[in-house]
Amino acid sequence: MARKIDVVFSDVEPGAALKKAMAMKPETIIAVLKDSNLRGRGGAGFPTGLKWESARNQGRPACVICNADEGEPGTFKDKRILELRAAKVVEAMAICARAIGATRGFIYLRGEYNYLRKEIEETMARLEENHLIGESILGDPGFSFDLQLRLGSGAYVCGEETALIDSLESRRGEPRNKPPFPTEHGFLGMPTVVNNVETLALVPHIILNGAEWFRDFGTRTSSGSKLFSVSGDCAKPGIYEFEYGITIRELLKEVEAGPATKAVQIGGASGYCASADDFDKAISFEGIPTGGSIIVFDQSRSMFKILKNFVEFFQEESCGQCTPCREGCSRMLEGILKFERSEGSSKVITDLLELAETMSLASKCGFGQSVPNSFRTIVSKFRDEILSA
Amino acid sequence: MVKAKINGKLVEVAEGTTVLEAAEKIHVRIPKLCHNDDLEPWAACGLCIVKNGRNPKMLRACCTPLEEGMDIITTDAELVQTRKTVIELILSTHPDDCLACPRNQECELQRLAAEFGVREQPFPKRLRFLPIDNSTGAIVLNPEKCIRCGRCVKVCQDMQNVWAVEFLGRGESTRIAPAGDVLLGEGPCIRCGQCAAHCPVGAIYENDQTTEVWEALMKTGEGEKTCVVQIAPAVRVALGEAFGLKPGTNITRKIYAALRRLGFDAVFDTNFAADLTIMEEGTEFVKRFTAAMKDAQAGKAPAAAVLSGGAAGAATLTGAAAGAALEGPLPLITTCCPAWVDYLEKYWPDMIPNFSTSKSPQQMMGAMVKTYWAAMAKIDAAKIFSVAIMPCTAKKYENSRDETMYSSGHKDVDVTLTTRELARMIKQAGVDILELPDEEADSPMGHYTGAGVIFGATGGVMEAALRTAYTLVTGEELKNVEFTSVRSISGIKEARIDIKGTEIRVAVAHQMGNIETVLRRVKKAKDEGVEVPWHFIEVMACRGGCIGGGGQPYGCTDEVRKLRIRGIYDDDDKSTYRASHLNPYIKKVYAEFLEEPGSHKAHKLLHTHYTPKPIYMK
Ligand SMILES: Cc1cc2nc3c(=O)[nH]c(=O)nc-3n(C[C@H](O)[C@H](O)[C@H](O)COP(=O)(O)O)c2cc1C
Ligand code: SF4
Ligand code: SF4
Ligand code: SF4
Ligand code: SF4
Repeated sequence: MARKIDVVFSDVEPGAALKKAMAMKPETIIAVLKDSNLRGRGGAGFPTGLKWESARNQGRPACVICNADEGEPGTFKDKRILELRAAKVVEAMAICARAIGATRGFIYLRGEYNYLRKEIEETMARLEENHLIGESILGDPGFSFDLQLRLGSGAYVCGEETALIDSLESRRGEPRNKPPFPTEHGFLGMPTVVNNVETLALVPHIILNGAEWFRDFGTRTSSGSKLFSVSGDCAKPGIYEFEYGITIRELLKEVEAGPATKAVQIGGASGYCASADDFDKAISFEGIPTGGSIIVFDQSRSMFKILKNFVEFFQEESCGQCTPCREGCSRMLEGILKFERSEGSSKVITDLLELAETMSLASKCGFGQSVPNSFRTIVSKFRDEILSA
Repeated sequence: MVKAKINGKLVEVAEGTTVLEAAEKIHVRIPKLCHNDDLEPWAACGLCIVKNGRNPKMLRACCTPLEEGMDIITTDAELVQTRKTVIELILSTHPDDCLACPRNQECELQRLAAEFGVREQPFPKRLRFLPIDNSTGAIVLNPEKCIRCGRCVKVCQDMQNVWAVEFLGRGESTRIAPAGDVLLGEGPCIRCGQCAAHCPVGAIYENDQTTEVWEALMKTGEGEKTCVVQIAPAVRVALGEAFGLKPGTNITRKIYAALRRLGFDAVFDTNFAADLTIMEEGTEFVKRFTAAMKDAQAGKAPAAAVLSGGAAGAATLTGAAAGAALEGPLPLITTCCPAWVDYLEKYWPDMIPNFSTSKSPQQMMGAMVKTYWAAMAKIDAAKIFSVAIMPCTAKKYENSRDETMYSSGHKDVDVTLTTRELARMIKQAGVDILELPDEEADSPMGHYTGAGVIFGATGGVMEAALRTAYTLVTGEELKNVEFTSVRSISGIKEARIDIKGTEIRVAVAHQMGNIETVLRRVKKAKDEGVEVPWHFIEVMACRGGCIGGGGQPYGCTDEVRKLRIRGIYDDDDKSTYRASHLNPYIKKVYAEFLEEPGSHKAHKLLHTHYTPKPIYMK
């Protein structure tokens, strides 16, 4: 049975983690993170220590970005973190700045979260007054960190780290090639670390309590805890923190989903659609991964409509830069709409699966590559329901 | 160096070499639509995907550096199928309009569809019905055919730094559009045509005016019109490519012959007018330079002081620039490139006084044809139809730029055709150009020097001007006319030239995006009141100079540019005269008609002026 945890939303003494980090060598901060096995909570799950190390190894003034664009349908956890614990996130950014040698930083806040702006800026001002960011941090004249808050433009794809950087540079906001990775060539060419809000919120705890403490939670390859934004057909939707390795069934029980639960969408529109057969599978990087979005569907829901909704979302949100995704999303939607007009058939499904294959193989960024995920899983598990839509 | 395998073959390449480049080194072509050798890769089209060993994830060859030990597979059944689907996806929003398309048979998409054996289009067509924009009169934008590869955007923003086109909308409704969604002709576009030269399909192309020329030629037969044509320096080393020749092959004399077969009554060479430009501009330079030196000696304008040695040589200049005009500050900046002129008027109007007032060779020739030649040939200038064959789309705009382009009392150049349009006309006429006997151009405006022909390459105008300026200053002829330091393809070239103890500092910039650095340095010096870094600056908007112009045959890369440049300098090498002032026919037209450089008549026919222009018209 996975443990319910309360780390992300718990308070820490302001400045304690930064003070401790500043007493360590930057390399040591990074070593602790590597040792903790912390991996990104934004979706891709990249090891955070390695990311920071790569930026530090460039040996140039770097940049830290907190990705608060939270655009995945069904997630609202980053918003809550910033509502409750913005100071901790900002402090984590200062720790990162110390570790990688960053002089600048940004909080990239989702446009819809504009109402949080004032509060976060006040928090930033307070921290600056207390010398936790800004000039000569904690009295060290050699350590300054200029942090700014920027509002996102409302495009989902701007949550992708390279598109986000483009957008910060006042460009169109399209995913760039990787390589070079942002840690090599990011904001204005600086080595840049982009981390999710939740990832950052964990950092002060790891610094204060040590890597081993963190590794004690979760599975062998997925250390620590994870926030889940649960919505849909359950009695207690909301935000939950569990250690990694929790099974879908355990989570369903916790949120009081009824016996009529038909499917659970894990990881948002681009994620995995679990049917009853999957409910004993664990949520983790090696199992079913998620950036946090969990949507519960009961028997009353039409899987066809759910699928259609997802694909409509993709079709609207594709940045339009690369062929497989731009055209593929439209063609996929077109194909799916055939079922609504009773023009669907097994052949249509086969053709769309082939299209999905091309999209996942040839799209430029994680968006186009993961569009087919929900299509594939829904169609394979609820084929009859789609065919009879 | 990194060692890796591509299709089982061991390759060793420098670190940072992309998979695509490494594959090309061993003659493996990987299909691509968005990538172009002139541009940084950005991985949009999705065609250059390859595999690395057993890894199921596909990589984009255009932007993935080859790494030690990689085992790249560029083709297998799955890759072919995936690429074919990508092509089909592109076709699903693309009009099947090949037969009536400006890129028919020269289209990268069409070629790929053929190579991949697209036989049916599995995705239903969704055309977008976007309007065509021909507001510039030079290049036409047809967004309907745009496959959203992004090349034009990168060219216009990164290579040219003009930012005249951009993508608007997202997802499926992403479309190419002039910046700010205005008409192309009402925004920053300088009509350089580099977007058209790089577009893989028929979405941006030159405004085809061959019909107008055919109609005029028909009237020649009826005695109603006399059709006169000139060809620019850069055309001769590129036109052959449209007929299967290697880039750089010089077919000047076959072009003359072909133009006569098309029905032109007189065939002149813009190179002659380039020699004329040098006489005017070279004089202009010497005059400004000498004035600056005198001021410096009189202690009047230390900022412009330029001498390292003495001013002794300058004395010999007396009388060479007798006209009232031609005065102005240093640095003198060349103006033969109309795209550059447009850029300067829009973005750097403060620098207008530094612009040479000498017209471009195209316009000088136009003015001379309808005045000097008309009188000589006893033809009513009103009946002359004057055509210019240019490597350039901006020249189409230049010929009606302002009232000085009507200095003969008529439109000095009636129509400008690009090299691509000429190739088309020759094909339409069924003229087997490569089999024609060599012919000469008509006299006197068909005779040119090596200085005239090198106008086609970056650095050429500067070199030609220096050859003549030397003589204007010293009264002596140069022993070695080659100023090799201003040749080469690097974006900004600088040189210090010693004219008998007087040092002249020059800069040459080409490809619009490189110009800003140069101008900033000049502006900074001016603002600070210190000596300007250069006395003379040559600017060409296109990479490599006119040989890389927006109207040249497709497929221009640095390799092609270098070959074309070599073709140009070979012509110079072989010339009897290599400095403009030595051209006997130039001497003749001054003696018979123009009097001297900067004369009142020269001023009226051969000079122009500039006005600040808004970047966006309202
Ligand atoms: C289309 C797309 C949208 C994304 N949106 C977000 C987002 O809203 N928030 C986020 O933290 N990461 C998002 N990501 C992931 C980021 O690119 C990046 O991996 C992440 O911010 C890194 O932080 P982490 O390592 O702390 O997870 C998105 C990725 C893609 C492909
Ligand atoms: S996959 Fe989609 S979102 Fe990503 S670059 Fe391509 S078009 Fe843009
Ligand atoms: S752009 Fe190419 S494929 Fe399209 S209509 Fe023209 S020739 Fe055909
Ligand atoms: S003609 Fe030149 S300036 Fe105009 S859009 Fe094309 S590349 Fe840009
Ligand atoms: S207009 Fe041509 S070059 Fe520009 S994006 Fe479209 S297809 Fe590419």
